[in-house]
Amino acid sequence: MSDPVISVAGIGKEYVLGVSMSGNMLREQIASGVRKIFQRVERPNRQQQRFWALKDVSFRVDQGEVVGVIGHNGAGKSTLLKVLSEITEPSTGEIRVRGRIASLLEVGTGFHPELSGRENIYLNGAILGMTRSEISRKFDEIVAFSGVERFLETPVKRFSSGMYVRLAFSVAAHLEPEILVIDEVLAVGDLEFQKRCLGKMGDVARSGRTVLFVSHNMTAIHDLCERSLLLNHGELVADGATGDVINGYLSGLNTDASIKRKVSNDADAWVTDVRLIYEGSESRQGFKMGQSLCVEISYETKKKVEHLGFGISIEDCIQSTRVFASVSSIHGIQLENVEGEGRARVCFPDLKLVPGRYMVTITLNAKSFQYDRLEGVRILDVLGQDELGTGWVLSRQRNGVVWLNHEWLLDGRQ
Amino acid sequence: MSSAETTEMPERIIRPKTGLIGVNFRELWRFRELFFFLSWRDVLIRYKQTALGVLWVILQPLTSVVVFTVIFGKMANLDSHGTPYPLITLAALIPWQMFSNAVGASSLSLISSANLVTKIYFPRLIIPLSSTLGTLVDSLVGILLLFVFIFGYLFGREFGLIEVPVGVGLHWQLVLMPIFFAYALLAAIACGLWFSALNVQYRDVKYVIPFMLRIAMLVSPVGYLSSEIPENYRLLYSINPLVGVIDGFRWSVLGSEFQPYWPGFCLGATVVLFFLVTGVMFFRNTERKFADII
Repeated sequence: MSDPVISVAGIGKEYVLGVSMSGNMLREQIASGVRKIFQRVERPNRQQQRFWALKDVSFRVDQGEVVGVIGHNGAGKSTLLKVLSEITEPSTGEIRVRGRIASLLEVGTGFHPELSGRENIYLNGAILGMTRSEISRKFDEIVAFSGVERFLETPVKRFSSGMYVRLAFSVAAHLEPEILVIDEVLAVGDLEFQKRCLGKMGDVARSGRTVLFVSHNMTAIHDLCERSLLLNHGELVADGATGDVINGYLSGLNTDASIKRKVSNDADAWVTDVRLIYEGSESRQGFKMGQSLCVEISYETKKKVEHLGFGISIEDCIQSTRVFASVSSIHGIQLENVEGEGRARVCFPDLKLVPGRYMVTITLNAKSFQYDRLEGVRILDVLGQDELGTGWVLSRQRNGVVWLNHEWLLDGRQ
Repeated sequence: MSSAETTEMPERIIRPKTGLIGVNFRELWRFRELFFFLSWRDVLIRYKQTALGVLWVILQPLTSVVVFTVIFGKMANLDSHGTPYPLITLAALIPWQMFSNAVGASSLSLISSANLVTKIYFPRLIIPLSSTLGTLVDSLVGILLLFVFIFGYLFGREFGLIEVPVGVGLHWQLVLMPIFFAYALLAAIACGLWFSALNVQYRDVKYVIPFMLRIAMLVSPVGYLSSEIPENYRLLYSINPLVGVIDGFRWSVLGSEFQPYWPGFCLGATVVLFFLVTGVMFFRNTERKFADII
């Protein structure tokens, strides 16, 4: 049929890491200039590490499509949106866009704490690309949606964070561009408001606008988008029906049996492998609720390190919320003056997570910084069973995430 | 309906830019409302939660006038062609303060709008330009103050309290005042573009600016008349475009006694033009990296 609204061809974005990115002082530029004069022999420049945040990404989006973009943290989702909305320039490739793009990479961009709610609605609307008459026309609607009528003349610095977010989202929700690009803005506000936002987003999607939507919330992606893109390390690895792409993403998280990492960076210590262990030695991915789980972390150090602590966090795959996190130093436990290879374990004798899919993240810590971090390195499936012996199977929708130890006492006379 | 609209929409192409980038005036025009909104914001927040509010706009030039009149007019007893020293300094302080406020604000504008730069697209030129515009309100109040002074002297004569000194009155040169004001504005924009873009990469600029402005005030005829400068250094002195700006402004307010030194004026204007053009080019050609390095 008609030409695509967005057509992306071979887009890449390269960042230069190292000194020139951060502390950008004239002094350093001069110093490195001087160094270059005296140092004719080019040694491999460690300070100029290059990094491709996006590599050869191509896709097309048709008029009225609502497309989800998913992937790990650092997979390039936000960079893709930034390139699309012209905030940053691509290093390679070409994008053709038909229509006005409004990008919503953050709620409340340009909100000023000293200004009143009313003033911020106008300012933020203008920043998002609305004209003054457009804002005036929709003003009452915006205010009604946000539910902060009574505080319109109050500086937003006196707003509660909930009110602030509601007002900010309300302005954004009333944008009417041909193409809307949204980054994870629904992860804010209270649950009830989030639902209202999702509803509003659904309206936008149905009104024939083209939407690109980044989120870690698989439920939201699933509800809103028919088609999704999956990014991994800057590359587009899947493009298709949302259900398939999400499944691919979740199973892709389930990395091969062993990761066996080698030295990949300048860190003094790094994780070489992570295993989920059942009953002492058996490595597996699925555990029943209430079983014992040990997470075994293999590490290696380049030289003697003074202080080595371990951290684990468990995230829920669907909502992308953190369920649990702990570091060994909270318990006053860490290794001191270690060198070479070694292993550490963290054990959960009684895994009280409600059945569902979870993601394990491991960190290796020094006193004040991280040596290594493996985001979502292992998938943990907690399997449903009749754990209560009553024929009920616990589910995430009904029973939440954590199954607290509890007891019902139904003796009215006591 | 919307599909018909979108097919009519011109196709935009986003790709790595190469070569020199000029100014996209059409795009700037499209974003004019944002430009005014940002200036409006700057004006609004400047005096929010201040006890004296807008009074500050009058107090600042007024105190400077008093100080300069005492130091240069009375103590150093510099030449004033018989014109009251407060008027001489006020006529210079208005363009000077406009320049220094505008340069100060616009130089920091990009880094203080870092959250906008990394989250949303609009022509980046709008940022320093709108913060320049935001400082103009103060100057307009300053001009009002100037007229209050002039009418004060004139009424004094009406009632026979004072004799009208040289230069006080409404001269035909007043018509030229907007031109000199615009000239001061261009000089400020030229500096603002350079400094704001440099500041994104080199935070050193932030420390240089206050220092540079202090020096600039001393080498510009703010507290004294440029006729104090020996004749053979006059052209060299006029390389500083603020000399032409201030002399021109003074001439438009105080009349024919205060003719600018025209060769110097032209030299200064050339300098402004040079920095304005290179400033725009520098800004436009570094702005693509702003979001990555700010």
